Amino acid sequence: MSARQSYEPVIGVEIHVQLATATKMFCGCELSFGDPANTHTCPVCLGHPGALPVTNARAVELAILAGHALGCTIAPRSTFHRKNYFYPDLPKAYQISQYDEPVCLGGEFVALTPGGELRVGITRAHLEEDAAKLVHAGPGGRRAGAESSIVDFNRGGTPLLEIVTEPDLHSAEDAVTFFKQLRLTLRQLGVSDCNMEEGSMRADANVSVRPVGSQELGVKTELKNMNSFRFLERAMEAEIDRQIAILEGGGKVTQDTLHYDPDSGTLHPLRSKEEAHDYRYLPEPDLVPVVPDPAWVDRLRAALPELPVDRRRRWMAELGITFEDAEVLSESAELATYFEDLAARVDPKAAANWVRGELRAQLRERDEEPWESRATPERLAGLLELLDARTINVPAAKEVLAELIERGGDAVAIVEAKGLGQITDESELDELVARLIADNPEQAQQLRDGKEKVLGFFVGQAMKATEGRADPKRVGELVRDRAGV
Amino acid sequence: MTEPLWELTAERAIGLIGGGELSAEELTAAFADRAGNDPWAAFLAIDREGALERARRIDAATERPPLAGVPIGIKDVLSTRDLVTTAGSRILEGFRPVYTATCVERVEEAGAVVLGKTNMDEFAMGSSTENSGYGPSRNPWDPDRVPGGSSGGSAACVAARQVPWSLGSDTGGSIRQPAALCGIVGMKPTYGAVSRYGLIAFASSLDQVGPLARTVRDTALLLSHIVGHDPMDSTSLEWREPIVLPDAERVDGLRVGYVEELMGEGVQVGVRTSVRAALDRIEDLGGTLTPVSLPNTEHGLATYYLIAPAECSANLARFDAIRFGAAPPEAGGLVEQYERARGEGFGREVKRRIMLGTFALSSGYYDAYYGQAQRVRTLIVRDFARAFEQVDILASPTSPTVAFPLGERTDDPYSMYLADVCTIPVSLAGLPAISIPCGLSEGLPVGLQLTGPAFSENRLLDVAHALEAAIGFDERPEGLR
Repeated sequence: MSARQSYEPVIGVEIHVQLATATKMFCGCELSFGDPANTHTCPVCLGHPGALPVTNARAVELAILAGHALGCTIAPRSTFHRKNYFYPDLPKAYQISQYDEPVCLGGEFVALTPGGELRVGITRAHLEEDAAKLVHAGPGGRRAGAESSIVDFNRGGTPLLEIVTEPDLHSAEDAVTFFKQLRLTLRQLGVSDCNMEEGSMRADANVSVRPVGSQELGVKTELKNMNSFRFLERAMEAEIDRQIAILEGGGKVTQDTLHYDPDSGTLHPLRSKEEAHDYRYLPEPDLVPVVPDPAWVDRLRAALPELPVDRRRRWMAELGITFEDAEVLSESAELATYFEDLAARVDPKAAANWVRGELRAQLRERDEEPWESRATPERLAGLLELLDARTINVPAAKEVLAELIERGGDAVAIVEAKGLGQITDESELDELVARLIADNPEQAQQLRDGKEKVLGFFVGQAMKATEGRADPKRVGELVRDRAGV
Repeated sequence: MTEPLWELTAERAIGLIGGGELSAEELTAAFADRAGNDPWAAFLAIDREGALERARRIDAATERPPLAGVPIGIKDVLSTRDLVTTAGSRILEGFRPVYTATCVERVEEAGAVVLGKTNMDEFAMGSSTENSGYGPSRNPWDPDRVPGGSSGGSAACVAARQVPWSLGSDTGGSIRQPAALCGIVGMKPTYGAVSRYGLIAFASSLDQVGPLARTVRDTALLLSHIVGHDPMDSTSLEWREPIVLPDAERVDGLRVGYVEELMGEGVQVGVRTSVRAALDRIEDLGGTLTPVSLPNTEHGLATYYLIAPAECSANLARFDAIRFGAAPPEAGGLVEQYERARGEGFGREVKRRIMLGTFALSSGYYDAYYGQAQRVRTLIVRDFARAFEQVDILASPTSPTVAFPLGERTDDPYSMYLADVCTIPVSLAGLPAISIPCGLSEGLPVGLQLTGPAFSENRLLDVAHALEAAIGFDERPEGLR
């Protein structure tokens, strides 16, 4: 057994998502990405003397929605604290954050895997504000070696929800699976756009390893700066390997905060000086507790749409489609709705195949999405019915689909207008086959001699002669009959 | 000889302007002249031209606003757009805020004319104005004595008739104590009555803006224009019952409790005598007197000096002399620049409290200090709640002493802290209290503090008004008579 197999990784994650509010957490400044620096600021988010925070009600609502989706208890009363640290990206020199009384407590998120389910305990989810953005001028854009650093306060005060999980994950792959499905859920609920590149979803991971079978937790390290799924997985893999190597070498893992460098694929400890924080938490006296109306909290729960994970589970059970199909088709609420509409009209498996395959392929070239396309579920269903009834064959169906995408309309009418319908008149086909055998005695003999491959030649000739309107399967049968095979 | 205009109370001035006998400009000019000559160092900045301009605009307007162009002094802890705001600190030297505090906006909308910014202990930390980064203010009753603090400038300018009224802020007694020491009226409303938006924070859970004036009615009038919810301050309260001008002449049936713990040792004999005499007036006016105990009063000071510094250590961390205020000092690097800016910009008392608060919140100490202080604060709140089951209002001295000589306590922080021993418990409980002058001791004014349950402002003002008339205190400093 390799060293890797004799250890079990234990992973818990902390996920920050930027809430999809119009304005900041504690002031009325617009949220923006990519606007000129320091154009969305006010005395509150600049920490000017005498300015006071006011809690964004929409941020609370989104946090409660997320809490419901994560199966959390919504705290009847939650409070804010000041987390003190002195740094240029924090104009008040404290971050307003929920501390011992967060808005969401104790839930569970069930992610689906090809082999079953992945249950991840949610410790808590709390509201806080983001820091401003530091821009380091100089080579590499890193602080070390920068000639100067400037501060863009546009991001300062952005509402964040920090979701903390229990250490329930046992591989980097599982962590990424959880992460992707959580992201999908939060996006579909409109809680956050979860755009990792723009930093609206960020993850830190606490990683430790222990001998398989052990119930004790090993010493953990905290991984930061993983702004894509790929980096997240690689960083965790690298850290698991590093810790196992240390333990196998008789060493001890030290509790560090590690920064992932995507360029080198390696992890670097942050300097301990930056880590030696005593945040001196203090109840925030400028804010009143968040005490949501219980009836409102219940209404939000009741109005929760079907979550992507639940939808996938239902599709697999009721529609009989595969895990992979379900995964792809629930990527967005719009796509899922499109698929469900179609699947209600035709065979769900065929619906899944066509939506995932040909429909998306053709639309991709036009940069369109299925739900915005002229090929509505109703029209596509009409097409798939023709295919199912063998009125048209697959190449013809693709041509009809292109027409539906281009101009809409009705599949039956398109088939007629274009003359794409298969020849259903047996005598017409029979005549054609007889003529082909007569014209190609050599190939007919070969077929009689058992050369099955030659069958394809006759089918090809028949398709050519009918401009694709023959049913290839029926042609094959007729050739056999006529040739006396 | 006609009475000089600067002797007018706000109420009388508004009456004269309303009757067309006086213009806002004339009135403002008279006060501006008097404020311009400022031997008491009550002001840090005077905006004479701006004030006259605003007064002229009020005179020219078709509709006269309720406060009719009466000048006002604003404690320098309140943010005023384009008017230098320093909170008495060198670290904010030359700072011109980009916005105006809600309470200042409200008095301006009501027609008051901001004449200038008044001196104060740096960041409202102190009881004498000697902690100002710009030198101490002086008491109009005796220029060798302190006017109290931290709103010492706001009290001195009213006593010296440089303005008829002013706004101050009170964290542990910073309106009431200087009002007492300067022989005027000062009121700290219920916590949350007045928006704190634009009030440069010292201890956010205690800070409250309030009025100072020469009469109870002026105090009520000014208060009536600043109370009420402000969407910019989540802790500000809806004010359902408007503040009305008091006209009570008697207090029949009123049950007054005098606080036993604040009538004994530690309070000057002359102060006690004056306060007792005022309590006798309450009985004359139809009220009853009962001794009441607030057993946790003795812990008030210790509790306050953990909670307030803890909050201030967070509130004052933002001052780095980079984004606003004084120019950043020359330094080799960022950290050195921070150290020099804060080292040179903050005074000793401010540094002391930042250190105290930082320590009290530190990991491993939080529960023993800040946590414990919060628990004692709850006990103090309960003391008051219990007292108000027996009586309608509480009475005590405002300050244990009359105004003390400049320099007497500057080297002894603890003796300075004791100046607020009577006012601090009220602040910790978030209750409204008013200080009115009730007599002289050693030729210096003594203040009577009346405290009521939350939202009892109208009743407190009524009682204060009846007592004011019964006491008949001549609030003109002797030197100004």
